[in-house]
Amino acid sequence: MSIDKDTARRVAHLARIEVAETDLEHLAGELSGILGFMEQLREVDVEGIEPMTSVTPMELPWREDVVTDGGNAERVLANAPDARDGFFTVPKVVE
Amino acid sequence: MTDLASLTIADARDRLRSGDIGAAELTDACLAASEAAAALNAVTAPTPDLARAQAARAAERLKAGDAPDLCGIPLGIKDLFCVDGVQSQAASRILEGFRPPYESTVTTKLWEAGATCIGKLNMDEFAMGSSNESSVYGPAISPWRGEGDAALTPGGSSGGSAAAVAADLCLAATGTDTGGSIRQPAAFTGIVGVKPTYGRVSRWGIVAFASSLDQAGPMTKTVRDAAIMLKAMSGHDAKDSTSAPLAVPDFEAALTGDLRGKKIGLPREYRVDGMPAEIEALWQTGADMLRAAGAEIVDISLPHTKYALPAYYVIAPAEASSNLARYDGVRYGRRAKIGANEGITALYERTRAEGFGPEVKRRIMIGTYVLSAGYYDAYYLRAQKVRTLIKRDFEQAFEAGVDAILTPATPSAAFGIGTMADADPVEMYLNDVFTVTVNLAGLPGAAVPAGLSATGLPLGLQVIGRPWGEAEMLDVAFAIEQASGFAAKPAKWW
Repeated sequence: MSIDKDTARRVAHLARIEVAETDLEHLAGELSGILGFMEQLREVDVEGIEPMTSVTPMELPWREDVVTDGGNAERVLANAPDARDGFFTVPKVVE
Repeated sequence: MTDLASLTIADARDRLRSGDIGAAELTDACLAASEAAAALNAVTAPTPDLARAQAARAAERLKAGDAPDLCGIPLGIKDLFCVDGVQSQAASRILEGFRPPYESTVTTKLWEAGATCIGKLNMDEFAMGSSNESSVYGPAISPWRGEGDAALTPGGSSGGSAAAVAADLCLAATGTDTGGSIRQPAAFTGIVGVKPTYGRVSRWGIVAFASSLDQAGPMTKTVRDAAIMLKAMSGHDAKDSTSAPLAVPDFEAALTGDLRGKKIGLPREYRVDGMPAEIEALWQTGADMLRAAGAEIVDISLPHTKYALPAYYVIAPAEASSNLARYDGVRYGRRAKIGANEGITALYERTRAEGFGPEVKRRIMIGTYVLSAGYYDAYYLRAQKVRTLIKRDFEQAFEAGVDAILTPATPSAAFGIGTMADADPVEMYLNDVFTVTVNLAGLPGAAVPAGLSATGLPLGLQVIGRPWGEAEMLDVAFAIEQASGFAAKPAKWW
């Protein structure tokens, strides 16, 4: 599978990573190279094989649905690049 | 006078308990060694105040006779672990300035056991790399030198940890291993590195790369030290739902070096094309050592080995693309500047473009692609089926009576800094060829130094254990360590 410039642009946008138009060609080439390496997987007979969902046979544990932590708004916001009045701030989202 | 920083954990433990050396003295020796080793670029954030406060508490516990094994032992911590109030940024620009208001479970356990923290250690950005060259701090440099005094990589992603332990800046360090990131750097620098069974060590508070593959483990000077430190790091944690509710064995007590009645498998598929003769020879020497320790050596087959790397490079980036979605410039880390007329999407896209390095971006985009509509079945689902087959290969070997598996740890000795700069990304991925199967199958693996290359650089062997069989695995590694008598140290140039 070869990735063209348009697919590279679409993937970059899905991944929310800005890529300059002039860099798309190079990016498409790199991604194609890596995907080419993965093509080997097509040789494997996977008929009737279950995809792995858990590497160790274990059931995910349940716990009581109760509050175990909280009241840490200040500490949670301490690392925010921009926080005001107890909120994270972002550029205007709704017009 | 012996350089205190060059002590093993086991020796330091005994000397601290007997009062022969003091906790403050030992921690100060490591802080001084670290400060003098700027040329190695191994320590990214020294924590002398924290270390000295911890050493003072350790001294009190030692005096009171309440001293666990790690009491007063100076450790280095890979930058992937969150340490309360200390710069923890996974060697990425996007986490610039991040000081976690919480402590990872592993480091919590280590501090409770009395260890002292000399600082955070260098690594590849988000643990993605095999040479420590993708770090925002610049590469860590191996204390070993190549031909013509060339600067070498300590390996990656736990390159700073490997360099720090090999150069005696601390007694041991934490690492994490998603595809070989503990074992490859350990092999490159002549130290011991252990990746535990998936679920043995809590992942809580460790920056996630690929959650179904990541495990933290010890990087130490000896197998005994790895056993001691692994015990302190292990155990069930309610905060990690994949952490196993199993008792932690006394790994150190299991070290006998007596392998009578044990069966060790040599997988024929690990004899890869273009493998250097010295790696092949080291592997055979390792098998001879185990035979001399009483083990029976058998050839085994792990037929899907060849497909482990391509499966890994679908699964790990897929998980990474999901895990790294959280770095968006809103809640923590670095935020890009945007224009007055730009909106939230531009904020996300530019923050991530400026904050992530090229290898991380490539992997996020590959992961995004293999999970996207139309490609999910062809890549991701297929890779997860191949993963089932790779795990089954190991299960069949163990069912046939094999107790542990011996392989080379890496396909070569350490390479030079910058020598892979123009290589295809896939060439760098080949470093993981012997280690990545172990992560895909969730097994424990240990790298142990076993000899030197023709150019005088360390070479390691890998022992793969049964699930939860770290104790037996470490005993096999211990037999190799005893037989090889590996004691080479890099000549100090820094």
